[in-house]
Amino acid sequence: MKARNLFVLSMVMLLLAACKPAVTPTEAPPPEGVELRFTYYADGNEADEMQTILDRFMAENPSITVVLDVVPYQTIDEQLPVQVETGEGPDMARITNFGAYRGKLLDLRPYLSDPGYFESNFPTPVLAAMRAEGDASGLHGFPDSLTVTGPYVNKTLFDQAGIELPGDASWEEWTELTQQVAEATGVQYAISIDRTGHRFAGPAMSMGATLIDASGNFTVDTPGFRDFAEILMGWHDAGITPSEVWLIGDSLNSCIDFFKSGDLVMCMSGSWQINGVAGDVGDAFDWVVVPNPTGAGGSTGVAGGAGVVAFADTEHPEEVAMLMEFLIQAENYGAYSAGTLSLPAQTEVASTGVDFETDNASVLGALSAYTAEIPKLQDQAVALNVHPFAFAYYRNSANRIAQYLTSELSLDETLQRLQQDIDDAIAEAGQ
Amino acid sequence: MMCPYGKDYLIMSVRSLFLPIKSVGTFINCIFSSILDFFISAFDVVFSILQRWIGIRGMPYVFALPNLLIFGIFILFPMLLNFVYAFTGGIEFFPDRRPWVGTANFEQLLTCEDFIDPNTCYEDLFWRAVFNTSGYVISQVGLMVIISLITALVLNRNIKARGFFRSVYFYPVLLSPIVVALIWKWILQENGLLNGNIAGLGYDKVPFMVNAQWARFWVVIISVWAFMGFYTLILLAGLQSIPSELYEAAKIDGANDWQLFRCITLPLLMPTMLVVLVLSSIRAVQIFDVVFAFTGGGPGTATLYLVQYIYEKGFSSPSKQFGLAAGASLLMAGTLIVLTLIQLLLRREEA
Repeated sequence: MKARNLFVLSMVMLLLAACKPAVTPTEAPPPEGVELRFTYYADGNEADEMQTILDRFMAENPSITVVLDVVPYQTIDEQLPVQVETGEGPDMARITNFGAYRGKLLDLRPYLSDPGYFESNFPTPVLAAMRAEGDASGLHGFPDSLTVTGPYVNKTLFDQAGIELPGDASWEEWTELTQQVAEATGVQYAISIDRTGHRFAGPAMSMGATLIDASGNFTVDTPGFRDFAEILMGWHDAGITPSEVWLIGDSLNSCIDFFKSGDLVMCMSGSWQINGVAGDVGDAFDWVVVPNPTGAGGSTGVAGGAGVVAFADTEHPEEVAMLMEFLIQAENYGAYSAGTLSLPAQTEVASTGVDFETDNASVLGALSAYTAEIPKLQDQAVALNVHPFAFAYYRNSANRIAQYLTSELSLDETLQRLQQDIDDAIAEAGQ
Repeated sequence: MMCPYGKDYLIMSVRSLFLPIKSVGTFINCIFSSILDFFISAFDVVFSILQRWIGIRGMPYVFALPNLLIFGIFILFPMLLNFVYAFTGGIEFFPDRRPWVGTANFEQLLTCEDFIDPNTCYEDLFWRAVFNTSGYVISQVGLMVIISLITALVLNRNIKARGFFRSVYFYPVLLSPIVVALIWKWILQENGLLNGNIAGLGYDKVPFMVNAQWARFWVVIISVWAFMGFYTLILLAGLQSIPSELYEAAKIDGANDWQLFRCITLPLLMPTMLVVLVLSSIRAVQIFDVVFAFTGGGPGTATLYLVQYIYEKGFSSPSKQFGLAAGASLLMAGTLIVLTLIQLLLRREEA
C-alpha cells in the first residue's frame, strides 16, 4: 500500500513537472493587440534602420507591436533552425540561408492585398528558393538587399608605392602588384580572401570553374577551382597573406579587419562590408572597390544577400503579411537601402535609384563599383546562393581548403573529400 | 531578549505596538526567525502527512525525487534519445520523423582501409579527431598530473605567502574557458603580445597558432594552466592527510628527502593521484570550449578534438547530421566507460 502511495506521489510530481508553466504577466500579449517577434541579425546599422521603419509601421497600426530581437549571426545560423523545427520560432526572421526553411515558411499570398506587386518586384530564383517541392507560387519572404562579392583595395598604399591601380587584371597580376605595394610600403600583408566557399567561388568561376551545372548539381573538381586553390596556396607559401584568416577557425573568417587596420593591401570580401569599412577606416586611408579579377571564365563575383521570411507556425499570419507588405513598399525598402548603404534587390527601387545617405566618396564609389559587377555575374554565380545545399558547400569547402593549405590533404584529396561532403549532405537530406 | 516563535510571534507583534522597542535589531531578527519558523512548521505538517501515507521507508525517495527528476529530464532522457538518433538518419529533428537506418551511422564512422591513416577512412575527420584527442589526453593528463603534484608539494611546504600562492594557482580555474582562450589568443596570435616582444628583440615571429605542432603544444599548455589549480587543490588535501608522525619517524631512521617522498608521500598519495588521474582523463577527453575559442580546431584539423567533431556534425554545420553526431558520441562514451573500468580494475588489484 505504502509503495503504491509512493508510486502515485511520484507520478503526480512528474505530471506537475511536465505541466506547462503558467503564463507570467510579463509574457502575456497586450490586451487589445498582437505582438510579432522578429529575429534579426545585423552586420552594420541594419537593425537601427529596420527599427525606424518598424516604428513607422507600429504608428500606422497601433494594434500591432513588433519586437525586433537582434541576435548574432551565429544564432541565426545554428539556433534558429532548431527553434523553427520545434515550433518555438519567431514570427519572422532575417536569414541568409533561403533553402534551409523550405516547407516551414508561411505562404503570404492569401493574406497579401497585392501579391502581384510582391511577386513582380523580386527575382524569381530567390522567391523560388524559399518554396518547398511542389510549391510553384508561394510567397514566403523577400531579399532585403542584394550583395555581390568583390575586392577592396587600399588606394593610399598604391599611391605611396607609386604603382597605378590596374583596370581589369587577373588574380596573378593582382598578386604581383599587391606584393610590390606591400614591399614598397612596408605593409605586412599583400592579399587575402574571406574564409568561405562563397567568396572562393567567384574567383574560381572567373578562372573557369563550373561549380553548378544546368541541372543544379555541384561539381568541385574543375580546372578553375583547382587553379584558384593553387593561387591561394601560393599566397600562404609566400607569406603574403594573413594565414590566420584561413588556417584558424572552423567557419567564416573575414580578411576585412586586416584591411581596416591598414595591414592588408587587398581583401576579397563583399558589398555588405561597405558600411563597416567606411565607419572603421574613416579618414585613415583612401580605399576603393575594384572589378573582380579576370580569368579564363571571365570576371564574376557571386551574388548573395539576406532576406526577411515569415514562418508557418505564426499565430498571426494576417499581421505578418501586413508587415511584410509594408516593408517591401518602394518608400520603405528604398529608405532601408539608403540608410544601410546596401544594393536594393527590389526592382522598383533599383530602377528609380537609391539616394544613399552618405557623401563619402569612397562609399559612393564602392556602391557604383559593386553595381557595375551585377550585370557581369555568371548564371551559376546567381544560382549558387539560392541553391538548397549552398551552405553545405560554403562551410565544407572552407574547412577542406584549410586542410589543403596546411598540407593535411593533397589537392586531389581535398576535392574528392569536398565532393563527398556535399554528396553526403544531399543524401542525408533526402532520407 | 527571548525570541518568540510560532503563535507567540503574533502575541509579541501585537504587544510591540504598545511597548517601546528597545532593540530594533532583535525585533527584526525575531520577525525573520518567526517567518522561517512558520515555513518550517508548514513543511513539517506536509511531511508528517506524507510520512503517515507512504511510511518512513519511503521518505528518502521523496527527498531524492526533485534531484532525480532533474537528472531524468536533463541527463537520462537525452542519453536515451541519443540512442534513437544514433540508429536513425536524415536531417529531421523529431525522432518520429527520422527513418530507421540501423547501424549505418556506426558503419560510416568505422569504415577504414587502414585505421592508422585517417585519409583512408570514410569519415576522415572523425578519425583525425580520435587521434588528436588521444595525443592530447596522453600529453595533457601526464603533464597535468606531474605539474599539479610538484605545485602541491611546493605549496605544502612552509613557504612565505603560502596562502597567496595557493590562490594564485587556483585563480585560472575561476575564469571562463572562453576568457582563457581569448587571453591566450591575444598573447599568441601572429601580431600578439609574445610575437611583438620577439619581433622587438629582432627575431622572426613564430607561427604559434598557424603551425600544427605549435598549436597542439599551446593547447596542452593552456589547458594545464587553466585547470591545474583544481587538481593541485585535491593533491594538497591528500598531502595534508598524511600523518606527520610518519615523516618524523622516517627522519629519525635517517631517511633523506627523496626517500621520504618515494617511500611515504607517493604511496600514501596514490589513492588521491588515482582520483586526479580519472577526473583529468575524463575532462581531457571532453576538451572543447577552450580549444574551440582558441584555434577553432585549426590549423587545418590539427586541434580538432572529438567533442568539436560531434558539435560540428550535430549543431554548427548547415547540413546537420544528428545520427552521425549521436553515433560518435556513443563511441566516445563507450571508450570512456572502458577506460574508467580499466582504471577501477587496476585500483582493485592494487588494493
